Amino acid sequence: MLRRVFIGSVSWAYLALVYAFIFLPVAVLVLFSFQDGRLPVPPFNGFSTQWYEAVFADRKLMAALGNSMLVAISSSMVSCVLGFLAAYSLARYKLPGSALQRGLLIAPMTVSYLIIALGLLALLNALHMPLSLLTVGIGHVVINLPLCFAIIYASMGDHQINIERAARDLGASDFKVMALVTAPMLMPSILAAFFLSVTFSWDEFIIAFLLSRFDVTLPVEIWSMLRSGLNPKTNAIGSLVFLASVALLLILEFSLFGRTKKQ
Amino acid sequence: MTATTLEDADRRKAWGFAAPALLWTLAFFVVPFLFMAAMSLWKREGREIVRVWNLDNYLRFFSESALLQGLINSLEITVIVTVLSVLLAYPLAWIIAERVPKRFQRMALILAILPFWTSYVVRSYSWLLVLSKNGVINQMLTSAGLIAEQLAIASTRTATVIGFVHFFVMLLTLTIYSNLIQLSPNYRRAAADLGANAFQTFWHVVLPLTLPGIMTGAFLTFVLCIGDYVTPQILGGNNELVLPQIIMLQLGRRADFPMAAALSIILMLAVTVAYVLCARWLKIERA
Repeated sequence: MLRRVFIGSVSWAYLALVYAFIFLPVAVLVLFSFQDGRLPVPPFNGFSTQWYEAVFADRKLMAALGNSMLVAISSSMVSCVLGFLAAYSLARYKLPGSALQRGLLIAPMTVSYLIIALGLLALLNALHMPLSLLTVGIGHVVINLPLCFAIIYASMGDHQINIERAARDLGASDFKVMALVTAPMLMPSILAAFFLSVTFSWDEFIIAFLLSRFDVTLPVEIWSMLRSGLNPKTNAIGSLVFLASVALLLILEFSLFGRTKKQ
Repeated sequence: MTATTLEDADRRKAWGFAAPALLWTLAFFVVPFLFMAAMSLWKREGREIVRVWNLDNYLRFFSESALLQGLINSLEITVIVTVLSVLLAYPLAWIIAERVPKRFQRMALILAILPFWTSYVVRSYSWLLVLSKNGVINQMLTSAGLIAEQLAIASTRTATVIGFVHFFVMLLTLTIYSNLIQLSPNYRRAAADLGANAFQTFWHVVLPLTLPGIMTGAFLTFVLCIGDYVTPQILGGNNELVLPQIIMLQLGRRADFPMAAALSIILMLAVTVAYVLCARWLKIERA
């Protein structure tokens, strides 16, 4: 009995310690975003929202925020469409070399983002192509396409084939079958793939850093803010991004994924 | 569709659907990669890149100690981070799966990975607030009278390791937890029936059964850790450079793209070796 109590309390103590370790930096980040002073470190001088005002007044930061949304949403849409089409082709038709095609589509997952970015940068330089948000988007599709393909391909079971066949017998063309039958049936996994790649693209740094020039995404802009050292404004934008992501996560948890679980 | 006799029209259609994704991957992943591999065999002379095939970059890597040391630093840090993260995450995942009541488990798990959703760059920066000379830890220890002089944790290897472990403990807790709850309770009941105590059951039954999952998570940790530039650059500073930092230096200050390409190929080989080791090890475990 005493031994059980001992093991139990050790477990809870361990749990508390690791949670403290996990939350320490985030707690410090958020707390000192409200610092009334120039340094986001103790002592805490008092409560102030001046750094949040500074964030919203910063044109470059707001532009970077918009750029990040644009790149994340458009590159994820392209990844989902290309991934869906490829998954449909590979799941519904037995083409020669389909194992090789699957391998090729998944391959970028196994390579560091840094190496993908360097390869693209080398090629773009050699072709004298200018760097822009477009090139960042191209890079983000490269890293997100394998993800979208894998998620959508995995959800294409054989049980949907008969429904598709019925639609085809009734005279629907391939595109109609895909758009009106297959895609709606797979919507949960398509949306999961979409939101996952939005978060990946949104937070991606090294590709966005190497493949952009004048217009940059949010992580790259935050990176250049770090050059000025510790700054409560960096805390403020960091806290905002954190709160926005958690809010999005909770919405997805309770709407999208909650619904699929019930089905 | 069990189509053994695909008609030509069907075959054309199938290729048409797969083509955009395949072409995208070829044009923006395979071709750039091959181009970079070729470039690693060229050479920089002055500001010019000379397109003559040679192995100079690779030879320089093994003869210049600063470059070789980068790979050694990378490997050391990555191995330390992977081992520490597994050792910290496994008990956490186990406590959540075994000790926390069922209906609070999902909640506990979401809490454990919540800081995952801070931006990656900001997460390293927030450790700087904790570890820097006038940061939280130093001020707490000083005001408690435990230390007279401020500790220099930021800009050291220790800071890099702490930043990495923080990230990967969250990742591994998730993968190990999902492994643990998939275990059928029958294995444990059988072990108990055969007279094993709690520790023996864990050591001889639970641990071996979750080992493939641990290895997968550890390999993922290895790959993401060894290729990362952000955490070592923010937290480790310029004292002990890792390979990605050296690659970025070649690009920036030295404009030596062929050398950066060669170092990237070496980085990829390191990952491939790790994969081969892991895969082989897993197979032996399963046999």
